[in-house]
Amino acid sequence: MSTQIPKQTDESSDTDAEAEAPSKGDERRDEKRRRAAEDRARRQAEEAEKAAADEETVELKVFRYDPEIEGKQEPRFDTFHVPFTKGMTVLDALMYSRDTYDSSLTFRHSCRQAVCGSDAMFVNGGQKLACKTQISDLEEPIRVEPLPHAEVRKDLVVDLEHFYDQMEAVEPYFQTNEYPDGELEEQRQTRENREKIKMSTRCIWCSACMSSCNIAAGDNEYLGPAAINKAYRFAMDEREGEDMKQKRLEIIEQEHGVWRCQTQFSCTEVCPKDIPLTEHIQELKREAVKNNLKFW
Amino acid sequence: MSQSYNRGLIEDFSRWREFEAGMWAWIFHKFTGWVLIGYLFTHIAVLSTAIPAADGATMMFQGSQTDVFTGTIVSLEGLLLVRILEVGLLAVAVFHMLNGTRLLLVDLGVGLEAQDKSFYASLILTGAITVASVPTFIAGAF
Repeated sequence: MSTQIPKQTDESSDTDAEAEAPSKGDERRDEKRRRAAEDRARRQAEEAEKAAADEETVELKVFRYDPEIEGKQEPRFDTFHVPFTKGMTVLDALMYSRDTYDSSLTFRHSCRQAVCGSDAMFVNGGQKLACKTQISDLEEPIRVEPLPHAEVRKDLVVDLEHFYDQMEAVEPYFQTNEYPDGELEEQRQTRENREKIKMSTRCIWCSACMSSCNIAAGDNEYLGPAAINKAYRFAMDEREGEDMKQKRLEIIEQEHGVWRCQTQFSCTEVCPKDIPLTEHIQELKREAVKNNLKFW
Repeated sequence: MSQSYNRGLIEDFSRWREFEAGMWAWIFHKFTGWVLIGYLFTHIAVLSTAIPAADGATMMFQGSQTDVFTGTIVSLEGLLLVRILEVGLLAVAVFHMLNGTRLLLVDLGVGLEAQDKSFYASLILTGAITVASVPTFIAGAF
């Protein structure tokens, strides 16, 4: 204790002396320090500029719309310049824009690997899954819009309620009246039958096909490619049994069922999971005809 | 169409940027179908002049009395516009037939993977047949 107190007073007296009369040397040192800091800042800015010039950026034009904020009720396009990295997808670029420039930019996404089906968007005039669309495959500026033929809630988010209703309408779950004998017995499917429905099981409910379909756009009651594909997946499943298949065909051969399809192949072209939707719809049409026309 | 979606202002933004063969095939098929229906009415109107012609009705044509049916057809064929429209009619009819065959195959589930190629094939074939028909239709028109 006794040694510390005098030391403290010593120090305080030192600083006091400095405050009262800063020496010429100190002033020069301060000046030098300030100049060094300025130099460093200038050098950093130059480096950043050079890096920015070297860096490849992509221009993104993103549809913006927010019905809740007065100034944003008029749809507009916002331009974002995003530094390009190899393997960058449209979703990556959107996330960068949101995290770096505008946190109010709204879009759905979840798994980022084309499994969840959340981020179907209208990219450069086509329905695409943003997470599996490479920036390098697209022409600049990249135009990102919400899915056509659906109501826009905000920015890139559309109302999918109707789409889900259509999907539910075909009862998209396994049903059968024929159960195996043992309680723990498996309901086996033949390899051929599995192969037949394999592609149709890949649907991720992204609604890209529904959005691309001109008929679905004009006829709100049309089941749409995704729902019909779901119906195909179960109608063609042999384990469901004959009467269940009959029931499923009755759903899809209604007026706004398979017969609305005009084979434009739009759905097949846009499907991110490469499901041959038109082929499945056509096959169900033939099934329906076979089911209803019997000459014997 | 009464229940179509309302996207309001959003629909004003550009669309149709991506080309899809199947969609254009559908549009052309609809268009040519309507043109052919329209043609059917003019066709019936011209042919029906045969009814008065059978009863001996005549008209003045190139300074002499000709029967109504022949007179109508020959005078129509004399118009340059009709000659050109005939080429268009052939193109429309040929495309509608070829694309109709294509749609038939699609309905039968044949060659679904080649649906875009068959559309291009029907377009090219239509073009070739139309060009080949020009000498026949236009001969002596100018």
